[in-house]
Amino acid sequence: MAQIELSAIRKSFDGTDVLKGIDFRIADGEFISLVGPSGCGKSTLLRIIAGLEPQDSGEVHIDGRPVDGIRPSARNLAMVFQSYALYPHLSAFDNIAVPLRMRRLSAIERLPLLGALLPGRRAKERHIRADIEGIAEQLDISPLLRRKPGQLSGGQRQRVAVGRAMVREPVAFLFDEPLSNLDAKLRVHMRAELAELHRRLKATFVYVTHDQAEAMTMSSRIAVMMGGELIQAGTPAEIYNEPGDIRVAEFIGSPKINVLPGRIRKDGGVDVLGTALKLTCNAAAGDCRIGVRPERIELGTGPFSGTVVHLENLGAEAFVHLAVEGIGSRLIARLADVKHLPAMASSVAFGFAPDAVRMFDPAGKRIELRMEQAERIREPAHV
Amino acid sequence: MTNAHPIPFRAILRHVLLIAGAALMLAPFIWMISTASKPQTEIFSSELHLIPHQFALVENLREAFAKANLLRFLLNGIIVTVSIFVLQVMVALPAAYALAKLRFLGRETLFALVLFGILIPPQATAIPVFLLLHKIGLLDSYAALVLPFTISVFGIFLMRQFFKTVPDDLVDAARMDGISEFGIVWRVMLPAAIPAVTAFGIFSVVAHWNDYFWPLIVLNSEHLRTPPLAVAHFRNSEAGTSYGPLMAAAMVIIAPLVIAFLFAQRRFIEGITLTGIK
Ligand SMILES: Nc1ncnc2c1ncn2[C@@H]1O[C@H](COP(=O)(O)OP(=O)(O)OP(=O)(O)O)[C@@H](O)[C@H]1O
Ligand SMILES: [Mg+2]
Repeated sequence: MAQIELSAIRKSFDGTDVLKGIDFRIADGEFISLVGPSGCGKSTLLRIIAGLEPQDSGEVHIDGRPVDGIRPSARNLAMVFQSYALYPHLSAFDNIAVPLRMRRLSAIERLPLLGALLPGRRAKERHIRADIEGIAEQLDISPLLRRKPGQLSGGQRQRVAVGRAMVREPVAFLFDEPLSNLDAKLRVHMRAELAELHRRLKATFVYVTHDQAEAMTMSSRIAVMMGGELIQAGTPAEIYNEPGDIRVAEFIGSPKINVLPGRIRKDGGVDVLGTALKLTCNAAAGDCRIGVRPERIELGTGPFSGTVVHLENLGAEAFVHLAVEGIGSRLIARLADVKHLPAMASSVAFGFAPDAVRMFDPAGKRIELRMEQAERIREPAHV
Repeated sequence: MTNAHPIPFRAILRHVLLIAGAALMLAPFIWMISTASKPQTEIFSSELHLIPHQFALVENLREAFAKANLLRFLLNGIIVTVSIFVLQVMVALPAAYALAKLRFLGRETLFALVLFGILIPPQATAIPVFLLLHKIGLLDSYAALVLPFTISVFGIFLMRQFFKTVPDDLVDAARMDGISEFGIVWRVMLPAAIPAVTAFGIFSVVAHWNDYFWPLIVLNSEHLRTPPLAVAHFRNSEAGTSYGPLMAAAMVIIAPLVIAFLFAQRRFIEGITLTGIK
């Protein structure tokens, strides 16, 4: 229902730059996840969109109109907070009713005792009640409406908070880590519910999280923030498969992507741990870093070898941790076949396909790779 | 069995000490009740006895009510303490909200001034305030009793400390919901701060109900007198102090606080521990 445009948003607190020029465009009806490590400025950016925090420079446009200096409530956005922020003294019903009462009732009608006597108030309250009951039905909280927040479980409070956001029919929803206070099981459940809610409402969702699994499973696009900058935005598959920066590659994906030290030769070939890969690039000769996802590591064959130091068998899949000479951290390989795990402390050979390799320069920027000529020529011959 | 009652000695000692302390505290009150129940002759008799030989409580009370308009004084006490408390809350809550939750230039300085204000005893400002009231012609009125206390720096400080513990998200949620800043004070902060407001209310009402100093210097008219002045009235009687009716009057004026205490004992204790008054 709304498109949100951020241009050159900057913000600093007490002299430290928290946001360093964010440009981003959120399309109508998108489910955008803002992810990034703790302290990278996600909440600050969300609060700037909401109008709760003024930016130092830059502009926020909602549906093409600049909203700077417009009060949070007048921007017609709804926000769900990590702590839910329900009014503790009001019942779930009254909590959800607050935004409606603030908008539909006049100041006199809102007065505690006098207001109830005014003729118009009755009809308006009836409408409000009907709206809230509709929302409660959708969120499955009808039996809980008379309870105070203190008498609700975390998941129930979360639904009430979502109800309070939904009831005003905002043009966009802003979520600040709404699931992080829930236990793992409920989190997975609520994830599905929120994604479902987004499909039903077709409203714009901006969802802040530092849990990359939430971002991967729910969003239509992910925006990755690091240190006050937005470094990449794209669909979950793009972010996962084609990270533009090693920090993105390392942040998205669990277990983390394996990073191996590499060298670019003068002729453009790439060496890793003393073995030449069947790849070339146009970058200048020098050091580089090679990223390979755990599921792309092939155990049993290949030019490299390592010692099994740890096994994690999750039932449906297993992770094999290898100590490899020449790299500091352990290498992790994912095995789909849990029946044939290598023995602990045994030495295994491993390798990876050339197209599994993502290469980054020392500053962390992605370097484009080409498959080697020989491969290229052979491939069309197959077809 | 042996360690079922480890060291009862310490428990006994603790109770003995507490009982002794309580007896010391209660002695004047017991003496007041005792004196209020004695006829004049027994009060001045040389032998000490707590239980009067001849009960004269009813006579003393009757005399107290006859000599002074005690009901009027009690009503004055209620009018003054309630007005002071309501005005204090109306000033302290918005001020405390601003100091706790709004970001503006000079906030810390203002808060330091509030803390500084707590250090100034009311007696120090009594004369300037008295002169001010004199200049604007408000001496000898309810306003003179109420106005100087409407801004309670202690109240601002206490509420500010309490508001600090209210999560910022709650305030932000209220802003998103369209509640104005003043609306946030009354609709969000006040309900969240009821324990602190109650505590402050107890502190304020007790302090101003019992205040003797200020009413004494600003009042002349008898019909405006507050309860403590009523007691003084008996002491000032030219025909020598009549202790029986005086003590009976004292009983009457502390009765509202004692009754309130009995009804809301827990709140009182919470309030007094929270405000740290003795
Ligand atoms: N009101 C404030 N005053 C001073 N510094 C602040 C304020 N709000 C945020 N910051 C700082 O700005 C930085 C970014 O904070 P922000 O809350 O946006 O991080 P975040 O990405 O949401 O992190 P998290 O995942 O932990 O919630 C932090 O270093 C934080 O200390
Ligand atoms: Mg945050």
